[in-house]
Amino acid sequence: MLSRTAENLFWVARYMERAETMARLLEVGSRISLTPSAGHGHRSDWESLLQASGTAEGFWAKYGDPVQRNIESYLFFDRDNPSSVISCIERARENARIVRTAITGQVWDTLNTAFQQIRQIERQPRSEMELGELCDWVNRQSALLRGSMDGTMLRNDGFFFMNLGYALERADNTARLIDVKYFVLLPSIGMVGSGLDNYQWRVLLRALNAHRAFHWAYGGEITSAKIVDFLILNSASPRSLLSSTKKAMHHLDNLATYYNKPAGPAQESAHALVAALSATPVPEIFDEGLHEFLTRFIQDIGALTGLVQRNYLSGEAR
Amino acid sequence: MTEYFNEMFDGDQVRAPYSALDGWTRDMPADLRAMKQAEAEAMFRRIGITFAVYGEGGDPDRLIPFDMFPRVFTQMEWRKLERGIKQRARALNAFLLDVYGRGEIVRAGRIPARLVYQNEAYERAVSGFVPPRGIYSHIVGIDLVRTGRDQFYVLEDNCRTPSGVSYMLENREIMMRMFPQLFRDNRIEPVEGYPEALRRTLASVAPAKCTGEPTIAILTPGHFNSAYYEHSFLADLMGVDLVEGADLFVEGGFCWMRTTEGPQKLDVIYRRLDDAYLDPLCFRPDSMLGVPGLMDVYRSGGVTITSAPGAGVADDKAIYTFVPEMIRFYLGEEPLLENVPTWQCAKEDDLKYVLDKIGELVVKEVHGSGGYGMLVGPKSTKEQIEIFRHKIMEDPDNYIAQPTLALSTTPTFVEEGVAPRHVDLRPYCLVGDKIELMPGGLTRVALTEGSLVVNSSQGGGVKDTWVLAE
Repeated sequence: MLSRTAENLFWVARYMERAETMARLLEVGSRISLTPSAGHGHRSDWESLLQASGTAEGFWAKYGDPVQRNIESYLFFDRDNPSSVISCIERARENARIVRTAITGQVWDTLNTAFQQIRQIERQPRSEMELGELCDWVNRQSALLRGSMDGTMLRNDGFFFMNLGYALERADNTARLIDVKYFVLLPSIGMVGSGLDNYQWRVLLRALNAHRAFHWAYGGEITSAKIVDFLILNSASPRSLLSSTKKAMHHLDNLATYYNKPAGPAQESAHALVAALSATPVPEIFDEGLHEFLTRFIQDIGALTGLVQRNYLSGEAR
Repeated sequence: MTEYFNEMFDGDQVRAPYSALDGWTRDMPADLRAMKQAEAEAMFRRIGITFAVYGEGGDPDRLIPFDMFPRVFTQMEWRKLERGIKQRARALNAFLLDVYGRGEIVRAGRIPARLVYQNEAYERAVSGFVPPRGIYSHIVGIDLVRTGRDQFYVLEDNCRTPSGVSYMLENREIMMRMFPQLFRDNRIEPVEGYPEALRRTLASVAPAKCTGEPTIAILTPGHFNSAYYEHSFLADLMGVDLVEGADLFVEGGFCWMRTTEGPQKLDVIYRRLDDAYLDPLCFRPDSMLGVPGLMDVYRSGGVTITSAPGAGVADDKAIYTFVPEMIRFYLGEEPLLENVPTWQCAKEDDLKYVLDKIGELVVKEVHGSGGYGMLVGPKSTKEQIEIFRHKIMEDPDNYIAQPTLALSTTPTFVEEGVAPRHVDLRPYCLVGDKIELMPGGLTRVALTEGSLVVNSSQGGGVKDTWVLAE
């Protein structure tokens, strides 16, 4: 497969996952804003959201005051924001258009239909739209894409590269979501473990569509330790850092088998990451500091992505 | 008032090839028609066939309007066209082989040396090189117009990279999906064999150094190109890779693709970009689209480039005038298809005539394309004509003129129902170890009433083109 084709496929999945994360973030924000928070009032919640999505600077430059309507526009519909839902969906579709020959008709259809629909949605008056519905719509598109990939794509390198994109983006995004919650949403470190803290964790679980799963898996009180275990270390939890990293490892293994090549640096690095995560007990994470742990994890995933880039996507492979 | 040949109606009589379509439209309720039209548009959008027009702004995902009313040829009509088109494709290739070789036709004084060797499209870089099988133009698109029952004219030849063939294929596909009954009632020659025929043609011109099954790829300028859809569509149907310049590199006398498993040798390149961009070391040094060193590999027989660099000298508007002469010179035959009489403003007598009769003529730029920079005298205002008159006088070499042809009409769906609109035709001729022509082509239609400009960049549409089986 052409390296560029592999790269395009990889990014189709990354952008769709990113669009989904953005929608989930918006969902978190809108739910939190419905509840009065301690200390700062509603306003700061939306500010936190901007910080979380890494788009605060662009927003200040364009809008200034963080009014909810503006933030929704910026995170969902604004093409000046490279991480907005519409930017991500358009880029996912553009990457797919470039490699039309490498994906199935159904996969293309899914992406192209999402693209056509969001352009229609964009033209509707904003007052007629519920944010919750918009977020659901994005999650649905993302699910449709995964479904059509699963149902129609040949299990070859193209499929593995797409799934690799999904896994790496999800690992990064989940880490950021948790980090947001812990580092940004909480008004002060004194709130850790408080009633407010638990409420915000619940909102996060809800945004990840995982609150039921959490209760099935753990039951009882929501505690920071359980949540950290669920979102980071539990390989039964589909968005946990361990699950995502394992998935990346799995598809790197698939690639090596498919190409009939010995383990390369990317594959080795993924195995090492999984081994380290699997051997980490919850208290160790709190000892290191959740934020510090997450920052290190995001860097590790970044390094792994760099290796994938060098091994397969850059065209320098020999 | 000019009389236009109507391909469906002869007075009140329906001409034979259209007999089955007469009832079809009459029985079709208006709401069904609207529904089908919307369905067709939705299909085009879902498939992703759109057409970007350079520099016009607006919707980059604009669709070329599709007209559901097919254009029909009888087997008899088509056979005649086919012989003429193949004849022309052979002569154009013979001409190219000659002018990059001994130049017999110039020595014989049949074509002025200046027109050939000082032509912008003449590539000195391939002079003396003979490509595999001596073929330069592997896909020849011949633009035709019809003015009477048996009268066809060649409007222009496209020897480099004629586009539009994906519309020929998709228009048919969509018609068959929407109106299967029509295809049961009429026996229509299939065109779906084109991608396979193209692949065979490309494989048949593999370079000398290629042993075994050749690896083929389509070279595209990239996904911002207006014809990108077509490039990816053809690559898909042929089962070959679609590459950009950056995906290729040259090493050890061969051309290689960058793949996830390391370099893979490439044998035949069907390029969809201009000569000038192929190789920055040989042509334009500022080209980011090409492959440095590609031309050296090409000239040493490591890779085949189709159409061959330099093929453009045969489809220049100034050379066009001499194609009938080529047919006589190389094939010893009389041309089966006629050229449109052409005045060259570069010649003093012609210029005088053109300026005198400008209101009746079509004036074109020698190197223009896509319906830009042209004047249709009878359809223009006095002011437009005067502006053009000045342009011609300033730079006569840049213009040619032709009589305004009475382009035939075929029935077309319009707001009020069905009405005649002017059409042209582009069939696609493949030249490899054999010469093949798909029974069909791309019919373009001027959707505006009375308009004679069919280019999609000027609001033209497309139609499915049928050749009836015997």
